[in-house]
Amino acid sequence: MENCAIELKGITKRFGEVVANDGIDLQLNRGEILSLLGENGSGKTTLMNMLSGIYFPDEGQIFVNGQPVSIRSPRDAFANGIGMIHQHYKLVDVFTAAENIVLGLEEGGKLDIKAAEAKVRAICERYGFDIDPGQKIYDMSVSQKQTVEIVKVLYRGADILILDEPTAVLTPQETDKLFDVLRAMKADGKAIVIITHKLHEVMALSDKVAVLRKGKYIGTVKTSETNPQALTDMMVGHAVTLNIDRPRYETPVERLEVKGLTVLDGEGVKKLDGVSFTALGGEILGVAGIAGSGQKELLEAISGLCPVAAGEVLYTPDGGAPADLVGKTPMQIRKAGVAMAFVPEDRLGMGLVGSMGMTGNMMLRSWKKGRGVFLNRKDPNELALRVWKELEVVTPSTDFPVRRMSGGNVQKVLVGREIASAPSVLMTAYAVRGLDINTSYTIYNLLTEQKMKGVAVVYVGEDLDVLLELCDRILVLCGGRVSGVVDARSATKDQIGLLMTRLGGKEGN
Amino acid sequence: MSHEKKTPLIRLAKRDGMEGWKVWCIRAASILFALLLGALVMALAGANPVTAYGTMISGALGKKSAIRQTVKIAVPLLGCALAIAPCFKMRFWNIGAEGQITAGAIAASYFALFWANRLPSPVLLVVMGLAGALAGGVWALIPAFFKAKWNTNETLFTLMMNYIVIGVVRWLQGGPWEGRKGSQIIPQFDEAACLPRVLGVHCGWIIVLVLVVFMHVYMNHTKHGYEIAVIGDSINTARYAGMNVGRVMMRTMFLSGAISGVVGFIVASGANNTLYDGVAGGVGFTSITVAWLSQLNAFAMVGISGLLAVLSKGAETLQTRMAVPTSISDIITGILLFCMLGCEFFINYKLIFRGAGKKEARHE
Repeated sequence: MENCAIELKGITKRFGEVVANDGIDLQLNRGEILSLLGENGSGKTTLMNMLSGIYFPDEGQIFVNGQPVSIRSPRDAFANGIGMIHQHYKLVDVFTAAENIVLGLEEGGKLDIKAAEAKVRAICERYGFDIDPGQKIYDMSVSQKQTVEIVKVLYRGADILILDEPTAVLTPQETDKLFDVLRAMKADGKAIVIITHKLHEVMALSDKVAVLRKGKYIGTVKTSETNPQALTDMMVGHAVTLNIDRPRYETPVERLEVKGLTVLDGEGVKKLDGVSFTALGGEILGVAGIAGSGQKELLEAISGLCPVAAGEVLYTPDGGAPADLVGKTPMQIRKAGVAMAFVPEDRLGMGLVGSMGMTGNMMLRSWKKGRGVFLNRKDPNELALRVWKELEVVTPSTDFPVRRMSGGNVQKVLVGREIASAPSVLMTAYAVRGLDINTSYTIYNLLTEQKMKGVAVVYVGEDLDVLLELCDRILVLCGGRVSGVVDARSATKDQIGLLMTRLGGKEGN
Repeated sequence: MSHEKKTPLIRLAKRDGMEGWKVWCIRAASILFALLLGALVMALAGANPVTAYGTMISGALGKKSAIRQTVKIAVPLLGCALAIAPCFKMRFWNIGAEGQITAGAIAASYFALFWANRLPSPVLLVVMGLAGALAGGVWALIPAFFKAKWNTNETLFTLMMNYIVIGVVRWLQGGPWEGRKGSQIIPQFDEAACLPRVLGVHCGWIIVLVLVVFMHVYMNHTKHGYEIAVIGDSINTARYAGMNVGRVMMRTMFLSGAISGVVGFIVASGANNTLYDGVAGGVGFTSITVAWLSQLNAFAMVGISGLLAVLSKGAETLQTRMAVPTSISDIITGILLFCMLGCEFFINYKLIFRGAGKKEARHE
């Protein structure tokens, strides 16, 4: 037991009526990488937040190095050698890496940034990190920022590291680099937990896998003694096939042709630069790219929500001639049959009104239709009831504020409403963000159903595995430009990964 | 167990939606608590709290004439709270109601002073009301226009607009509209320009009660109200739904200013029968309290503005009868606001004390 870095016994955490963690037991040894596996909402992050001092457990006991401890704040966590790298980085943009690393440390005497930089360099050399301590955060790539976060934790002397979905924002190549670093730290005797729901990463990296399901601890297995299918079964509770049904639509027709679309942001920086592609009715066009490569701007420009600096968006309605959508209002574009369901990071920011119920949110599409100055509540209410029933939304009533629904149900409301408008172009972004596997599949099936009705579906996604299985073609964006369009049936993940990082996917460019 | 001692003394836990009746119980308890705190303040000021509260209530509601006075205080508060409600629902922080009232009062006064002989009284009053609405609306439209076009800060802008228009009244008082030379006073309105009385109080109370119903319907059952609610929740969602955010902002602010302007007309014509620089008298700010305390619910505003009017009228009586300063009513209003806003915290969170973990966790 001397080797035991952390032990959790009977940890329970409730948020109101929701039991996020229910009597969890967990054990982690030094020189070991543990994957904490579970679907979104299974309580992984909550559990780790209790180790890092953000939450305090309602019941149960945490042991560090065999001693019972009480972790009330992140400071307590550091005192026990526990450091967590969060999904959303907590860095000051205008500070350098070294300044961010020493920020908040209370060391006596004058701040000696030179000494701090030297210490940062030493840590970097030891584990093979590649950052310049004098570089400002705003000049850094996402993976460099993550490195700063890791160094920050090591600088504070942590020997138990927790990484919350560290690969979500990384390209496959950057992921490999991160894994090398983690292996180096493991060899150094550190204990590492990575929170993830990506099975192949679990298999590639970890020694042990602990599985959570709906707040409950299911079990821990040795990675060498398991396989992805067995882990999926543990995670989901029953066997699920990982294959998404991908039928071909017989007669695709051209719906949307985008030509040289260019979009500038408020500062005049090109967010989209001469983007051209076509979307066909009866196919799902995937859009891949590192976060912030212009996905949001692309959908917003097409739906008329952000101004277009140059280019055309030609839309061909059924049996009509192509018309340019640029310059039309969002309302006109939507009436023409182009629908968008965008799920932003906070899930509600665009497309839903958090304080209203399903009825109020259904009304977003039809609020203009009422008689005179008055609202028509009857039709939206009927639509809400239909979506409620057909998509099995869990909510006490159609007036229950969507903000208080769980993520999956919120997204069902959003996607359900867009599909209900019978669009001929359906654009979705991050439609399965934060959803568990079963609900994700419901959404994939809905999109495929739309495709088979001849709708042109544009699917902006994060998970390359899903993009490769769901879509017919994949458009890869890189820095606001089209890096390539590949056939999803024959492309590989590495190929897309390269396209995501370099235009055209060429080495050394 | 040893770790029990080390757990934090008090922990917070979010609660999921409480039943409606419990919420209202907590709110009622907070009012009671505020009155108790107020009693403490009165005791410190040297008055017996029981007699003091008794005096306040009898002073505000004891006689017919007292009730009339109280209603007179409540009318502009209610009207103005109704005016700012849609702005606040939209998260447009209009704290310029004071100026919008004054602007409305100026426009109404112009017709009262110079058109009284030329128009029959009912027509004159309607013209005054319309002029007040237009002037208040335009005064509110200016900051909304700047906000919509250049995203200026509406809080500062509306606040500054107050001082400008109050300055204009001072200039009118000492200049073009001055009655007797050197008096710095604008003459009393002609009888024709004064609002008629109904049940002993100027008929402004009927106007604001009609506005209560109007505002309730407007906010809950019209397209405009829906647009306002969506914009208040998320501007991105509103844009996505095809709403013209800038236009809705300007329209809503115009409406808000127009209602404030009508309040200005009511105060000048009904209560004061003249115009002076204190015509708004802080109503524009106090009404923010009314609007917040009633959670932007038009019917709740009737009760809250009544409560504040009782406090303020009661404090006046308290001063004359028991020599307690009238500022006591401001103190009690402040305590009330503090407690009522503070109680929202207990509605959303529960406290878990050390050692009581398991038992408290189930406790509501």
